[in-house]
Amino acid sequence: MTMVAIKGLTKRFGHLLAVDNISLEVSKGEVLGFLGPNGSGKSTTMKMVTGYLTPTSGTAEVCGIDVLEDPIQAQRHIGYLPEGAPAYGDMTPQAYLGFIADVRRLSGAARRAAVTRAVELTHLDRVLYQPVDTLSKGYKRRVGLAQALIHDPDVLILDEPTDGLDPNQKFEVRTLIREMSGEKAIVISTHILEEVEAVCSRAVIISEGRVVADGTPDDLEHRSRYYNAISLSLPPANIDSVREGLHSLAAVASVEQRDTAGVQAELVVVPEDGGDILGEVSRLVRESGWEVDQIRVERGHLDEVFRTITTGEALPAGGDGHA
Amino acid sequence: MHDTWVICRREFAGYFATPLAYVFIVIFLASIGAFTFFFGNFFIQGQANLDSFFLFHPWLYLFLIPAIAMRLWAEERKSGSIELLLTLPITTLSAVVGKFLAAWSVAGVSLILTAPIWITVNYLGSPDNGAILAGYLGSFFMAGGYLAIGAFVSALTRNQVIAFIIAAAICFVFTASGLGVVLEFFSGWAPRALLDIVMGFSFIEHFKDIARGVIDIRDVVFFSSMIVFFLFANVVAVEYKKGG
Repeated sequence: MTMVAIKGLTKRFGHLLAVDNISLEVSKGEVLGFLGPNGSGKSTTMKMVTGYLTPTSGTAEVCGIDVLEDPIQAQRHIGYLPEGAPAYGDMTPQAYLGFIADVRRLSGAARRAAVTRAVELTHLDRVLYQPVDTLSKGYKRRVGLAQALIHDPDVLILDEPTDGLDPNQKFEVRTLIREMSGEKAIVISTHILEEVEAVCSRAVIISEGRVVADGTPDDLEHRSRYYNAISLSLPPANIDSVREGLHSLAAVASVEQRDTAGVQAELVVVPEDGGDILGEVSRLVRESGWEVDQIRVERGHLDEVFRTITTGEALPAGGDGHA
Repeated sequence: MHDTWVICRREFAGYFATPLAYVFIVIFLASIGAFTFFFGNFFIQGQANLDSFFLFHPWLYLFLIPAIAMRLWAEERKSGSIELLLTLPITTLSAVVGKFLAAWSVAGVSLILTAPIWITVNYLGSPDNGAILAGYLGSFFMAGGYLAIGAFVSALTRNQVIAFIIAAAICFVFTASGLGVVLEFFSGWAPRALLDIVMGFSFIEHFKDIARGVIDIRDVVFFSSMIVFFLFANVVAVEYKKGG
């Protein structure tokens, strides 16, 4: 079931084309990771979907409601955490969440239950009566998250939800997002790539306002030239002969030496077309009697894919332009 | 209505969560007292009325009202909370009106707290309390006019100081447009009709009669339409920024 449909959204600030004709659909149960370098148009797109900015052209539908035609109805279905998690600093989280609940037209027992639930989900109970301004960055972020969750919305749009959190808090927020994902459509923007692997069922990379890749995190990893590469740790002594030996294999595209801090040298054997070369490589190692301490299959590096795609460098063999 | 009320309540509490409302009230009461008794010669006049009290309201409002209006939108823009406010399921109009009403209530509370001065005249003599009530109402509406101007200016910038200075300047023009300092500017070249129009926008001219207890429907309409006009401009200013 499509919950968010972005249709040709375009935003122009003066001469700057911030978002260039983006179209996307997000279904219930999906966690879509919005990736892109700073200034690529992630936040601008989210601001248009949530009704904060008016698009230059195009529109978006949330639960079938056009955000331009009926913003109020659309906004009722959205929980939104804006970039930087702004809040009213002079209020306590208790008062603030109460205010949001009032605006969301919750009252009486439903209001109390909603606030309690949001506080529990985001573990705010210890700071409920301190002004938001005095809270740490991590708590502020969680206040923003609680605010977005309070009405149990169908669509969650979170702009950098884990920015500024420590590793434990990041883990908690990701767990929370995963737990909620079944019943909602969730869009998160991030530039932390491990987050995409951790929570997203789908990743969309945007660059200069355009969608340049759209697929599961796995799909994107496939596009890495290191996908299925084999890395070998070995003593640096006979590295040159090993290198030549590996290079002679037919399925091997290249052999690279990785910079390492330790005493061990590391070679990365990159396969032709992302093929599976573990068998061949290990057979060769065995037969040649090389002293190798560790053999490992690489998963492909999302950050490398990200860099390749967003800096416009040509994709290596195996990438087909669209996943 | 519901949304306006929720916004108004939050905003009103916001004034009292910071020292702002208290500072405003104390300064307002202290200066209105000083003006009334020292410059207004409240006692020396020997008259049981509040003319000398109301006389100074426009001049106090001129810089005090922009001080409570400046934060209304500029602060939201600065802290980014405006993005939150405008993506909540409320109309821009309810946000604008809610914020305005909250600030207007703060002004109202300050006015009510001047009651000792009213008690004083009643203790010393027997004033026309109907006229005094009219004066209070007029003053309250005039405060609304200043406030609407201040709220509108606040929506144009993210800098509260700029909001304050520009609002105070505009308020000055409206206050003094019946006085020489503004009229001189026009009198050399502008036709008589334009001068009358400029004078017609003077808050002082419209407040003068009310302060004496004469409620003219035209004065009430004037302040009400000032409020409506600038709140409308406020909505436009907020909506306009959405597009850019």
